[in-house]
Amino acid sequence: MLTVKDLFVKVESADGGKEILKGINLQVNAGEVHAIMGPNGSGKSTLANVIAGKDGYEVTGGSVTMDGMDLLDMSPEERAREGVFLAFQYPVEIPGVSNATFLKTALNEIRKHKGLEELDAMNFLKFMREKMKVVGIDEKLINRPVNQGFSGGEKKRNEIFQLQMLQPKLAVLDETDSGLDIDALKIVSNGVNLFRGKDNAVVVVTHYQRLLDYIVPDFVHVLVNGRIVKSGGKELALELEEKGYDWVINPEAETAAV
Amino acid sequence: MENTRNKEYYISEFRKTEASMNGEASSLFHQVRKDAISRFEELGFPTVKNEDWKYTNVKQLFDFDFTAGSAAGVTKKDVDALHIKGLNENIIVLVNGVYSEKLSFVKKQNSGIIIENLNSVLKNNPELVLDHIGRYAAIDNGFTALNTAFAKEGTVIIIPDNAEVKGHIHILNITGEAGKHILTQPRNLIVTGKNTKVNIIESYHSTGSEENLVNAVTEVVVGENSFVEIYRLQQENEGSFHINRTQAVQARNSVFTHFSVTLGGGLVRNDTNILLNDGNCTGNLYGLYLTEGSQHVDNHTLIDHAKPHCQSNEMYKGVLNDSSRGVFNGKVFVREDAQKTNAYQSNKAILLTSDASIDTKPQLEIYADDVKCSHGAAIGQLDDEAVFYLRSRGIGADLAKTVLIRAFANDIFETIENETFHEHLNQLVFEKLG
Repeated sequence: MLTVKDLFVKVESADGGKEILKGINLQVNAGEVHAIMGPNGSGKSTLANVIAGKDGYEVTGGSVTMDGMDLLDMSPEERAREGVFLAFQYPVEIPGVSNATFLKTALNEIRKHKGLEELDAMNFLKFMREKMKVVGIDEKLINRPVNQGFSGGEKKRNEIFQLQMLQPKLAVLDETDSGLDIDALKIVSNGVNLFRGKDNAVVVVTHYQRLLDYIVPDFVHVLVNGRIVKSGGKELALELEEKGYDWVINPEAETAAV
Repeated sequence: MENTRNKEYYISEFRKTEASMNGEASSLFHQVRKDAISRFEELGFPTVKNEDWKYTNVKQLFDFDFTAGSAAGVTKKDVDALHIKGLNENIIVLVNGVYSEKLSFVKKQNSGIIIENLNSVLKNNPELVLDHIGRYAAIDNGFTALNTAFAKEGTVIIIPDNAEVKGHIHILNITGEAGKHILTQPRNLIVTGKNTKVNIIESYHSTGSEENLVNAVTEVVVGENSFVEIYRLQQENEGSFHINRTQAVQARNSVFTHFSVTLGGGLVRNDTNILLNDGNCTGNLYGLYLTEGSQHVDNHTLIDHAKPHCQSNEMYKGVLNDSSRGVFNGKVFVREDAQKTNAYQSNKAILLTSDASIDTKPQLEIYADDVKCSHGAAIGQLDDEAVFYLRSRGIGADLAKTVLIRAFANDIFETIENETFHEHLNQLVFEKLG
């Protein structure tokens, strides 16, 4: 489904920009859950943002395609309508725009694009209430402005709620576990696990292994200094947890020490 | 092009009009006009050297041969399209500044309630207005002087004690005539007694795209325990000039609420002033201005806390696009006697482009010592992150911006109780932004 090939990305800045991703190769197929782990500054969020189409990045080489479509050539809304969803690390507050208005507008734009009829107010509310139950969000929040007054954990839960509402093809979760206590972590993971299926794919970007106890990945990739330096199955995450990122960066050092 | 419509031109027009007046020239009301033309002669039109007109240069006005217009070109169909659908309205229509009986409709009201055009009142019952016209809107600039000097057409609304008005009162001004530049100077007077309530809509529209000048003055006397709400909707074409002066004076326990919604006009100057002249009053000023192209909208307000225990709330919001220009000057005076004053003022503007600009000046002058006053001005752009967030969920860039701008503008209308009217305003905003 998602094919990232030789991707080089610079972060734009006044003094010419800094190269963050230095040749990423990643293949994510339908039905799979991939975890991208790495130390701070490795480029994990950059990868997530470039897939979603955020401004401020320059692709200097390579490609990102989904089901054969060139994502890099599409606007953020086109990508979303084709089924890309990014759960933000720091979701923004949008005063004056209620969760209901926001989601109804988004859902109907996506449905229009797919040639489906728009949901009317009543059916939309019904659908919204169902999904709120799944993720454990209080109904009172239907008319509250998006993310306003939410704690970090509540914002992350709201991201997973939107995931459930919009049912994308490819979900990229950017450090969804940061700032969550164990209970929130379980709820958020449950939302993701209920979502995952044979027709969609999930890319979980995370610093810590803990989340992966709940969202068990099929593949784990370790991103260090803009490159994927090691890939493996879910056991790789446990090894990282035990040995730390240094082990991946300097495997010779360890063998030498033995 | 020569300055054809300068000060001297209007003074000579006044003399001409006076000469053709016959009996009326010696009436008491005409004395008000004469005093006004003398003041006009002293003051002249404001220039940028006047502190209050520093950011709004009116010299373009002198390029146009403004003239009176006829009622001929405007049909019932034109006017019906401007009614507010679903709203129970009394409609007073002024075409090119002149009252049109056939296009107007006033419901049967309880006795004592007067909803009339000024021309008739001056002819038949001038005593109703003599004690009021010119009393409240002091002549401190040339435009108010000019309007007063030529005051003849407009709307008079008088609500006696305890009277209940049926329906909103909609003063609908439609201006324009092919190939001409029209000048209108509506003069409105609203006087309410004790324990009354009235909702007034004052809307301004253009026919055609010619540049016109509307120079309007509205004086409002708010009686004890009364509630007066005025919604001013400026929807003229983007070449026109609009100078509007509204002065309200409040009696004890009254509430006066004014909404200034500016969507049209090429050069607009609104002066909206409240005098809280008695204890326990509340004055509310809300404003929304959405500008594009090279529109210039100048909102000046003055809230004068002359007496104690009064509350004022002011919130103006603007969204400026292209190379349009906004000016906001909000003065709040709290006089020595005005203890226990609560005054809140806020002006927020969003600039959508780097060419749009706004000059904003909140002014607080406080002479009492036991008061709560706050003011804030915030100028910024649309939150890029919020725009991206909406786009990342499938909402197109333009719709995302519209959603955010509407959210920004919306809280101005939150206090409007009438759902139909609230929906009408939302629709106007939606159309302007679209």
